[in-house]
Amino acid sequence: MWKWLHPYAKAEKSYTLSGKLMPWFLAVALPTFIVGMIWGLAFAPADYQQGDSFRIIYIHVPAAMMAMGAYSTMAIAAFIGLVWQIRLAEMTVAATAPIGAVYTFIALFTGAAWGKPMWGAWWVWDARLTSELILLFVYLGIIALYNAFSDKVLAGRAASILTLVGVINLPIIHFSVVWWNTLHQGATITKFDQPSMATDMLIPLLIMIVSFAAFLGFMVLYRFRNEILQRESHRPWVIALVQQSSSSVNKRG
Amino acid sequence: MFNAFLQIVRKELLGAFRQQSDILNPIWFFVIVVTLFPLGIGTDPALLARIAPGIIWVAALLAALLSFERLFKDDFIDGSLEQMMLAPQPLTWLVSAKVFAHWLLTGLPILLVSPLLAVFLSLQENTFWALFLTLLIGTPILSLLGSIGVALTIGLRKGGVLLSLIMLPLSIPILIFSTMAIDAATFGQSYIGLLALLGAMLVAAMTLAPFAIAASLRVSVS
Repeated sequence: MWKWLHPYAKAEKSYTLSGKLMPWFLAVALPTFIVGMIWGLAFAPADYQQGDSFRIIYIHVPAAMMAMGAYSTMAIAAFIGLVWQIRLAEMTVAATAPIGAVYTFIALFTGAAWGKPMWGAWWVWDARLTSELILLFVYLGIIALYNAFSDKVLAGRAASILTLVGVINLPIIHFSVVWWNTLHQGATITKFDQPSMATDMLIPLLIMIVSFAAFLGFMVLYRFRNEILQRESHRPWVIALVQQSSSSVNKRG
Repeated sequence: MFNAFLQIVRKELLGAFRQQSDILNPIWFFVIVVTLFPLGIGTDPALLARIAPGIIWVAALLAALLSFERLFKDDFIDGSLEQMMLAPQPLTWLVSAKVFAHWLLTGLPILLVSPLLAVFLSLQENTFWALFLTLLIGTPILSLLGSIGVALTIGLRKGGVLLSLIMLPLSIPILIFSTMAIDAATFGQSYIGLLALLGAMLVAAMTLAPFAIAASLRVSVS
């Protein structure tokens, strides 16, 4: 297995492989998005308590899950990058962080929009909302740290270390927020018990989760390829690639 | 190895006592920030006692942030940090000595002025002891976490704001558990369990943070 994996530590090989994989991720993400969206918004039955406003779940839950998913991706990549000194893994960390931050923001925004009709307030210091907000802060810290370095190799390594520090800290933050919440506010504010979902509602949700995950994969590969091109711009294969694409554009033009 | 630890602590303390404003300024800042709150909110003792744990802990966090600049900066500029990396003793060990010295110079003074603040914010005796104990256990964790941030940002020209962006989210659990313990003390409940949790965090930070600090320093100095 290692022999098979080894060539992909080379930037050119990874670039080609991720280029081949990208369309497949998009091919999964787009149809599932359209199907899941239409099914969820138009055909799934309305909730008996929340009416139609529960339908925001089809954006909110997948975004929140993938916000965590992106962070786990980063943590694994950071670990690989630091332990086996693989530069490309550190590039993955840098490429994933902004996407994870955007997913986190979407989850927060939809959570707030959902909270307005349900709780009567845009923002409630609910445990899950709060820890999602802190996750956003952690993402922003990693992005800021990465951008602060002018040497991108060092930047990638620093961001990886911070990612690993965060991955130890995030569960602690999560549980502390949960306890803080239950102690301060008690059960007065409903932590809305998820009624075990009806199958009609659940299937579109699962489809949307698949869609969001595939789109995450697509975006990560996309940014990963850009990252490689930017960092390796002085390498012969990148120069050859640029010349090739520009000449093909000239031919067409 | 233990000798090197003591040597570094001694050198740090000596340097700090020769330039005393470095130690005193964060403490003044801490006291002034706490003083601002009664001026801004009003002097009702019941209200002050209610919000005191939060105020004191947030002020302690901010004061800790101010003091971090000093932690590795001088050593970084004059090159002694590189010497520490070349030293036969493990870097994690030397870094622990630096952090310990930093706590002696910033965390301990905060503990010492805390009785004054208890008077300012009209705390009961029981509440004050809870505050004291949480500060005793919590400030070393702050020093350890902050050192990771300092080590990551030391090579950067504008590291100050970045340091707070990195460090403040990570220190949220300490803030939460400390203020919960103090609140519990205010209501006459037992807060031993919360202190134990803080202690667990301290032990975890003591074992893991030096490795993160050493790795970050190697990134920043290279």
